[in-house]
Amino acid sequence: MADSQIHVALAGNPNCGKTTLFNLITGANGYVGNWPGVTVEKKEAKLLSDKNVTITDLPGIYSLSPYSPEEQCSRDYLMSGEPDVVVQVVDATNLERNLYLALQVIETGLPVVVALNMADLVEKNGDKIDTDKLSKKLGCPVMMISALKNKGITELFEQVKKSAASKGQVPEHKFDSSIEDVLDHIENNLPASVPANKRRYYAVKLFERDADACKLINLTKEKAARVEQLVAQCEQDCDDDAESIITGERYGVIAHIIDECLTKAPAKMSTSEKIDRVVTNRILGLPIFVVIMFCVYYIAVSTLGGTVTDFTNDQLFGTDGWYVLGQGRDAYDAAVEAAGDAADSVDPAQYGPYVPGITTVVHDALVAGGTEDGGLVDSLVCDGIVGGLGAIFGFVPQMFLLFVMLSFLEDCGYMARVAFIMDRVFRRFGLSGKSFIPMLVSSGCGVPGVMATKTIENEKDRRMTVMTTTFIPCGAKLPIIALLMGSIIGDSSTTAAWISPLFYFLGVFAVIASGLMLKKTKLFAGRPTPFVMELPAYHFPAIRSWALHVWERCWAFIKKAGTVIFASTVVVWFLSNFGSYNGSFGFLPAMDGIPEEFMDYSVLAMLGNLVAWIFAPLGFSTWQATALTVSGLVAKENVVATAGSLLSVADAAETDPSLWTAFAGMFPTMGACVAFGAFNLLCAPCFAAMGTIRNQMDSGKWTAIAIGYECAFAWVIGLFINQFYNLLVLGQFGIWTVVAIVLLVAMLFQIFRPMPKHAWTDEDETNTASAAVSA
Amino acid sequence: MKTLGDVKVGESSTIVKLHGEGALRRHLMDLGLIKGTSFKVVKVAPLGDPVEINVRGYELSIRKEEAAVVEVQ
Repeated sequence: MADSQIHVALAGNPNCGKTTLFNLITGANGYVGNWPGVTVEKKEAKLLSDKNVTITDLPGIYSLSPYSPEEQCSRDYLMSGEPDVVVQVVDATNLERNLYLALQVIETGLPVVVALNMADLVEKNGDKIDTDKLSKKLGCPVMMISALKNKGITELFEQVKKSAASKGQVPEHKFDSSIEDVLDHIENNLPASVPANKRRYYAVKLFERDADACKLINLTKEKAARVEQLVAQCEQDCDDDAESIITGERYGVIAHIIDECLTKAPAKMSTSEKIDRVVTNRILGLPIFVVIMFCVYYIAVSTLGGTVTDFTNDQLFGTDGWYVLGQGRDAYDAAVEAAGDAADSVDPAQYGPYVPGITTVVHDALVAGGTEDGGLVDSLVCDGIVGGLGAIFGFVPQMFLLFVMLSFLEDCGYMARVAFIMDRVFRRFGLSGKSFIPMLVSSGCGVPGVMATKTIENEKDRRMTVMTTTFIPCGAKLPIIALLMGSIIGDSSTTAAWISPLFYFLGVFAVIASGLMLKKTKLFAGRPTPFVMELPAYHFPAIRSWALHVWERCWAFIKKAGTVIFASTVVVWFLSNFGSYNGSFGFLPAMDGIPEEFMDYSVLAMLGNLVAWIFAPLGFSTWQATALTVSGLVAKENVVATAGSLLSVADAAETDPSLWTAFAGMFPTMGACVAFGAFNLLCAPCFAAMGTIRNQMDSGKWTAIAIGYECAFAWVIGLFINQFYNLLVLGQFGIWTVVAIVLLVAMLFQIFRPMPKHAWTDEDETNTASAAVSA
Repeated sequence: MKTLGDVKVGESSTIVKLHGEGALRRHLMDLGLIKGTSFKVVKVAPLGDPVEINVRGYELSIRKEEAAVVEVQ
């Protein structure tokens, strides 16, 4: 080992404060990657106070068993020879369960330093932990720290450096003598190549019949039989299986240690219990949850967030401009009203400290620099780039507020309760309550929503959640809904209020129907995933971790917006502004004699016409409608703006009645209009979300399945709406009506038929069955 | 056989044996649900499932279906 470079592994249970510690000591500048082959996240960073120390944050786990990918990665890393020392983070307020993993980590033979975290809370509860005695019992140094309050961290890392130089320890704790005898025998049968400090670890693993360890050690046939005989004898003597015996022994050792090292203050009801009495109350639980969610969305989307977003869209990025602190706004508005038709000539700068919008500033600068007003460059920069970016960054404030609140609920422990409350609902279609959190986040933006699925351990559940979570209307889909409302009803204020939630229900319906249908396919067949989850104690989140959480989510969106969406906005601008007219190809608005609707001649129109036949059964086969759908695939934010420019309604907003009329004019019937809306809300999400799906699935095949399914489902729903509208309202019947009826019957059959038999034979069972046969 | 799922809210009991197999069984053991462990059923979720139990000083949520593999006194 080079004397200066030290590799430290951070291990611990979920919710023990490991991540808080990691963020604190590394300044949260970690490199985030996935462990090879699995979608478990791996974080690595240098220690702030010493660049020669590299910290690897292992996933939060309860045990080093071989059953979950997190546990497998952790033990593979621990046994890989890379870490020089392990910092075992222990939640000191729950010593008993936390020490269970600590014992296993100590058994690996690596030098271990146990960090008793949340020391401040232990003190507050009036409990006392004798660290010297604990250190003796465990055979490794034990340090009291508080990651939240930044206490004891320097001392911890002085000890870590000392321990890194040591050779590691042979575990001190001993099981019952009859078990120890068997373990000794197994140790004697291990090949000589296993080093002294790792012999006990492998002896225990062989005792447990741990498949991975058996493969690694690869005993001779004779020795393997001898070991098997020893274990089987021991199982018979104890009347229990090997895994249970070892688990029981570990908890026995822990009970003994706790008796000697922990003095507990008389139990009183904890704050957590008091909170939980109310928020997960049998009767109040659901109403409280609804109220909390309503408040979150009311603040983030309707009031505060909406105001900031409108400001960003219209005034900061748009052409309206703004007044510092609103001074002069009223006087200006009055002047505009007084001027009537001549409103354009009112100079806003006369009425207060006026700052023009970015579009205006850029436009003026370009024209002043000699660029042609309304020409190629002006149009590209102002309409394409600034307009496109503005539309995207307008969502950042809303999203920021939403994530501030959702991340708080997550970090303080409430989301675990939400999973507890909602599990019953999600289990019906084969998911667990954990799938609910990504769906909540998706209502803000699908990109962080899809990323939030990484907390779902089960692979099938995670894949299904990724596939269905973007059905929930995200913030960017809201203007589309508003535009549809306006077009269908004409006047939004009174009657439309109840229709907009209908699209939310459509999203929820899509999730439920998909869950029920997909669960019965071969792809997702299997037993429902167990839902055994710790409900962590409530605590006020560490500000640093909370902020980091919000930042990570917003940044994911901004990064995608700045790259994928930005690039695609420019592409869409080119496609809609370039084309051939009168036999020559070029920048359309600058061509001689081109009509006002120059986009009819654009490349976009040509592409739209090429694929329009796909949407004919859905009732919208004009190239404009197709082009809108395409621009929606790029970014849903684009749809309204593209509609404005395609339909030549200047300065279009979803609340503009002239756009409503023009938009409604694109469709032959109201059914087609609704079908268009449904298709756009349900089909594949934007490029950015698709990219995130690709990352989460970590497989091209699964990405294709997810996006293909979403598009097909959206198409079918659009078909239903259009065809049944034609049939029931207009009395039209055709070949596509038959197709729609057949598909509807098939869909209902798939939703309501009982779970097929084969669905219950999952891989585990097949494996055990074949193992049983071979034995 | 009485199982963890049969214990009423507010009552305590002790685990007699863990049935089932594979990952779920090991996970329950790792969480400390082994022979001789006492626990208390704290509450049941608003929709009737899952239940919340207090075991080894922490709170655990478990579905009735999975609780059925835990035999209790």
